[in-house]
Amino acid sequence: MLSLARSQQGLFAPFVDAFNSPITWHTLGFTLWQAILSTLLTLLVGLPGAYLFSHYNFHGKSLLQALTGIPFLMPTLVVAAAFNALLGPNGWINIGLMHLLNLGTPPIQFTDTLVAILVAHVFYNTTIILRMVGDFWSHLDPRINQAARMLGANRWQAIRQVTLPILAPAIAAAALLVFIFDFTSFGVILLLGGPHYATLEVEIYYQTISLFNLPMAAVLSILQITCTLSFTLLYTRLIRRLSLPLAQKSLRVTQRKLTTLRSKIVAGFIVATLFTLLILPLASLAMRSFISLAANQPGQAVFSTGFTLDFYKALGVNTNQSIFFTPPSTAIAVSLAYAVATVILALSLGFPAALALSRHNSSPVSHALDALLMLPLGTSAVTLGLGFIVALDKPPVDLRASLLLVPLAHTLVAFPFVVRNLTPALRSIRPRIRHAASVLGATPGMVFRYIDLPLIARSILAAAIFAFTISLGEFGATSLLARPQYATVPIAIYRLISRPGEINYGQALALSTILMLVAGAGMFLINRLRIGDIGEF
Amino acid sequence: MKTRLFYSLLAIALFLSACSPAATSPTSTSAAPRTLLVMTHDSFSASQSVITAFETANNAKVQFLASGDTGTALNKAILAKDNPFADVFYGVDNTFLSRALSEGIFIPYKSSMLAEIPTKYQLDPQDRALPVDWGDVCPIYDSLYFIQHNLQPPQNLEDLAKPDYKNLLVVENPATSSPGLSFLLTTIGHFGTDKHLDYWSTLVANNVTVENDWTAAFYTDYTISGGDKPIVISYNSDPAFEVLQATTPETTPRTQVITGDDSCFMQIEFVGILEGTKNLDLAQKWVDFMLSPTFQEDMPLQMYVFPVNPNARLDPTLQKFLVVPASTAYVNPDEIAANREAWINAWTETVLK
Repeated sequence: MLSLARSQQGLFAPFVDAFNSPITWHTLGFTLWQAILSTLLTLLVGLPGAYLFSHYNFHGKSLLQALTGIPFLMPTLVVAAAFNALLGPNGWINIGLMHLLNLGTPPIQFTDTLVAILVAHVFYNTTIILRMVGDFWSHLDPRINQAARMLGANRWQAIRQVTLPILAPAIAAAALLVFIFDFTSFGVILLLGGPHYATLEVEIYYQTISLFNLPMAAVLSILQITCTLSFTLLYTRLIRRLSLPLAQKSLRVTQRKLTTLRSKIVAGFIVATLFTLLILPLASLAMRSFISLAANQPGQAVFSTGFTLDFYKALGVNTNQSIFFTPPSTAIAVSLAYAVATVILALSLGFPAALALSRHNSSPVSHALDALLMLPLGTSAVTLGLGFIVALDKPPVDLRASLLLVPLAHTLVAFPFVVRNLTPALRSIRPRIRHAASVLGATPGMVFRYIDLPLIARSILAAAIFAFTISLGEFGATSLLARPQYATVPIAIYRLISRPGEINYGQALALSTILMLVAGAGMFLINRLRIGDIGEF
Repeated sequence: MKTRLFYSLLAIALFLSACSPAATSPTSTSAAPRTLLVMTHDSFSASQSVITAFETANNAKVQFLASGDTGTALNKAILAKDNPFADVFYGVDNTFLSRALSEGIFIPYKSSMLAEIPTKYQLDPQDRALPVDWGDVCPIYDSLYFIQHNLQPPQNLEDLAKPDYKNLLVVENPATSSPGLSFLLTTIGHFGTDKHLDYWSTLVANNVTVENDWTAAFYTDYTISGGDKPIVISYNSDPAFEVLQATTPETTPRTQVITGDDSCFMQIEFVGILEGTKNLDLAQKWVDFMLSPTFQEDMPLQMYVFPVNPNARLDPTLQKFLVVPASTAYVNPDEIAANREAWINAWTETVLK
């Protein structure tokens, strides 16, 4: 708003300028188009995976779940590098195909295409569908579906007319988050889409940073926020009609083993898809961190590559005695400290909000609030970062130089995830159970402890995992707010990769690999968390 | 509910900030060191020993705030103008200089150190922004590629448009990348605003590749990193740092720089004292320090930029392999500020459409 005031031609001139420009509409059109396409593709990949995770127990399931969560937190610079190592002009797939088919030029053009944008969005956001829909689905009473089949519905009828309507709230909530992420996409568009594609977010960055046209940037930000708000309102209207209180079942009842051949084939296919789209790029990145392109001298073969641990060793050495040198252990400690703070903050703020939303389901205030909660996700990171500078400058809250800014900014992003995870779960608890407990003499505290908490324990864990990963991978706000002495892992990676030299690049990839391991281990542990008997449910 | 949420956030924030050590509040007691807050971009770095030398000499504690890339950091300083929270801003370059000066974030300081610094670096006659370092954006090439393909390496900008070098060049987008903008300015300085777009049309006909940022161009497309483009827009320091950082000792760097006929653009970075500082004397001492040989000699290995103070000695390897162009293309900072948008739009129209 402040930036609008900087406009010399009055408050409305920038609106007129923006709305008269064909670039604005073209950009908005492309932003919408790629976001819709990306969301549909993500659903297509994610829903079968959610089905598998929610219905079956198999070896390596926890590991696979943790692995599929890692893409979500990888910095875009590193992801772009990973996709290039795999699919770039000299990526392994292109080189392999050139050898195999005797081609002179790389057959696959991946970078700087719309396909690259879509694939990267699926790579990033599939985990949202897997977690949110999967957790909800795993509590559905299988007997509902069995009843439909008994009554003569075939497999597809049962899915279409019974399962999908029941799942709709969770699917809608997950799809909305995926859509908003795709709609406000920045790094993926910039680094993998190339210079021919621009979303509103990219345009806002260009107007703010390159041109310092703050009035125009503000108008575009408002346009972006208006869009995300409208979609959220649409969602809340939709959800009002879809939410049903359900009988939730323990995982012991809903989970089966893969026994039939048919189920094994389907499961194999789903796992293979997830593996190719989500894990292969990460694996190629990790492999690249162990390989040196040892061709520095004229006369040597270009692709004589060798296994090396040099990049990992170099991470611990402060070659230049830099004041900001961050050994990997410190960066990991800082990142984990921020992540834990974010989990605590986001859960303690998000839980009451979700409770309020689910209890007062029908009031218009609650719907408006529901939509407002999504604002931090729909707001441009550039705007948000600068907003902190403008908004938090008056004592007693001059936090602009405070270490607290980082976990606060992370919490702001994680908060909508917590609310979106908890609200559907809370709404699906049948009021009768609570009433019964009250009638039998339970205090509200006891109702919460013995009814609500056990029933939504899985959703709390999912929310915690989201908050954890969001904080661990967050780069935009952190880079604006962090103190260089307290670099997080993504900041340290960025510092390395923006310097010339193979040793710096190699270290960036090595540190990214370490980030993957830390994140994977963190998610694995949170997944295993059991609060007494609660997590058992 | 929303306001309650805000207040609970606030309460938690206040509580936590009360717990944290009061690092940011400068104390005026004579014994305790004063704190100097230096705002900068995220490429800033310095040796611990150098910073400690300043701190002990002045009984001060220097705290750095890295605020994103150059443009972002500058925007932050401008938006905080009415209530500045830092004392000094370092890192504005000549492509952003006019924005900083016209927004009036700096106060003039005629440092005695300026006498040692060549006037070609001193672009602000009022001494609000003082030069600290320089680096040239140039086309660089992979010498091995040209040996293997029996091809004469290009010598100047004109060569890049010749059919011999078709498909070989990758540049960065001036809308999103600082070296990209510098290269656009190179062509404007060299060909003039009436001719530079014709030159870009010939580059397009020669299949120039455009990337949005330097990392993609250098680490994905450049042949040395495993790509298929042997010519990249990058920095004149690349050969020297290739030798310095080589895992196996090198005698000749594989990367070479094209410096002929004004094919490079000099980026100069400036420091300024922020209007409203409460530590003026300390801020002035810090600016003097940044221009002194102690700090200047430390910069190259920390930030890949070079001293403006001729009394600062360079590392011998760096000295040996550093390529300094005889002359560089020049565009006046005021002109850059006035035409940035129009130039970038015209470039986009010619190259990307």
